[in-house]
Amino acid sequence: MIIGHRHSLSDLSLRITLWGLAALSIILLLAPTLVVLIVSFTSGFSLKFPPPGYSLRWYEALIDAWQLHFAAWNSIKVAALTTLLSVVLGVSASLGIARSEKAMARVLDSFFMSPLILPALAFGLASLIFFSELGIPVSVTTLVIGHTVVCIPYVMRTTIAALAQLPATLLESSASLGADRWYSFRRVTLPLIAPGVGAGAFIAFMSSFDNVPVSLFLRDARTDMLPIRMWQDLEGKLDVTIAALSGVMIFATLILMVVMEKLTGITKRMR
Amino acid sequence: MRTFTPVTVYGLRFTTPLAAFFVLFFLAPLLLLLFISLHNDTALTEFGFSQYTKFFTEGFALPILADTLWLGVQVTLLSLVLGYALAWAFVRSRPSVQTVLIMIIVMPLLTSVVVRTFAWIVILGRQGILNTVLMNWEWIETPARLLYTRSGLVVALANVQLPLMVLPLITALQRIEPNLEDASSILGASAWRTFFKVTLPLTLPGVVAGCLLTFAASITAFISQSLIGGGQMLFMPMYIYQQASTLQNWPYAAAISLVFLVAVMGCVSVFNILGRLSKGYATT
Repeated sequence: MIIGHRHSLSDLSLRITLWGLAALSIILLLAPTLVVLIVSFTSGFSLKFPPPGYSLRWYEALIDAWQLHFAAWNSIKVAALTTLLSVVLGVSASLGIARSEKAMARVLDSFFMSPLILPALAFGLASLIFFSELGIPVSVTTLVIGHTVVCIPYVMRTTIAALAQLPATLLESSASLGADRWYSFRRVTLPLIAPGVGAGAFIAFMSSFDNVPVSLFLRDARTDMLPIRMWQDLEGKLDVTIAALSGVMIFATLILMVVMEKLTGITKRMR
Repeated sequence: MRTFTPVTVYGLRFTTPLAAFFVLFFLAPLLLLLFISLHNDTALTEFGFSQYTKFFTEGFALPILADTLWLGVQVTLLSLVLGYALAWAFVRSRPSVQTVLIMIIVMPLLTSVVVRTFAWIVILGRQGILNTVLMNWEWIETPARLLYTRSGLVVALANVQLPLMVLPLITALQRIEPNLEDASSILGASAWRTFFKVTLPLTLPGVVAGCLLTFAASITAFISQSLIGGGQMLFMPMYIYQQASTLQNWPYAAAISLVFLVAVMGCVSVFNILGRLSKGYATT
C-alpha cells in the first residue's frame, strides 16, 4: 500500500535511522569473525591489522602446540559425555513435563531452567566446595556433572517445544491401533521429536565445549579445558597461535552449523 | 483403583531422574555454599555473619557489585538499540535475505566466547583495525587506547551478546499485525509516532525477554570482562574467582557469590514483573 504521506520526511528519517543501525549491527556481527580469520593468516609476529603479509605459519605452529591439543581433547571428551547425559536426563524429564497440566510440572520446569539465569560462576564455586567437602577430587566425571547442570536447559527447551507441536491425535490413534506406550514412544514420538532433541543436543555440546564459569573451578592441570587454556594464554601475551586456533574453531562451527541446519533446522529452534 | 492416565501424557515420574540429579548436584552444592558463607573463619570453626558484614560495610566490595550491575545496564541498552533495528530490518527483508541474516545472527551464539572476545582484542588493540583506520584518515596521530577501557568493554560485550537480544525481538516483531501500523499511518500519525506508539509497545514482551537474557549474560561474562576490561577494572565474577582460587578464602567467596546471586535474582524478578505488565499492555 503506497500512500502519499508515508513518504514524508518523518517516514524517511525513521527508515534511514533503523536501516542504518541494522547495517551497523550486521557489520558488528560479521567483523569479529572476519578480522580473526584474516589475522590468523598473518606472516608477522603480532596481531597487527592489516597483516604485513600472509602465510600458514601459525596454522603450522598449531600442529606442535601439544598443550592446546591436550586441552581440546579434554574439552571434546567432556562435551560429548555431557551431551549424552543431558539428552538422557533432559528428554525423559521433558516427556514428563510437556503436556502435563499439573502445577508441579510448572515448578519443575522453572527449577530445571534456572541454571540459565543464575550466575554460573556461583554454581561453579558451589560445585567445587561440594566435591571437595565430600572428598571427591576434580576429574572428568565432576566436570561432566557440573556441565550437565548448566546444559540441561538447552536440551529441555528444544525438546519441550518439539513435544508441544506433536499432535495428540497421533498418539491416540497409535494407542487405539493396539500399540503400547513404549512402542508408541519408539515409533511415533521419538522420530517426530528427533530434530528438536538433535538441535538441543548440538547446542548443549557447543555450550559445554565453550563453558568457562564451571570449568574454571572444576578443572585442574590433568583436566585442562580449551577455553580456560586459551584465556590463560591470552592473559599472558597476545599470541598469534590463538588466532589460528580461533580460525579452526570458526570453520568447524560454520560446518557443524550448516550440517545441523540441514538436519534439524537449528536456526528456527534457537528462537 | 488404578488411576487412568491419557496416552498423550507421560506422567511426572519421568522427571524423577533429573529431579534427583538436580537436587544432588545443583541444589545441595548451593545450600552448602550458603552454609560455608555463614562462617567467620576459613577453617570453618565459628558460625557468624561476619563475611556479609565485611561485604556491606568495608566499602570496597559494594561498589564492585553496583558497577557490575551498571555495566549490565549499559550493555543491555546498547544491544537493545542495535538489536531492535536489526530485528526490525529482519522482518522487513525478503525470505532469501532472512535466511542469510539468521545465519549471521545465530553463528556468533555457537562460536566460542573466547574466540569472539579475542576478535575484539584484535579490533581494539594498539595496532588493531580501528586505530589503523583512524590513523590512515589522520583523525588521530598516535594510537588511541581502546582496549582496557570501559567504552571498549561495553561495545565488545554488547556485540558478543547481541544475538541473545535479537532473537526474541524477531519473534515479537513477527507477531505484530501489519495492518495496525498501516492504520496508524492512515490516521495521520507520523512514522516516528507510529513506531513509538504502536510498534514498540506491541513488542514489549520481546524487549523484556531480550533484555533479561542480555543482562544476565553480560554481568557474568567472565572472559570478556577480564580480557577486554583488563586488570584495571574489577567486576563481580573476577572478584569471586580471586577470592576463591587465588586467596582460597572460601567463606568470603561463598558469601559474595550468594550476594551476587541474590542481586541477579532481584534484577530478574524486576524484569519478570515488567514482562508481565508489558504483556497486559501489548494485548490491550
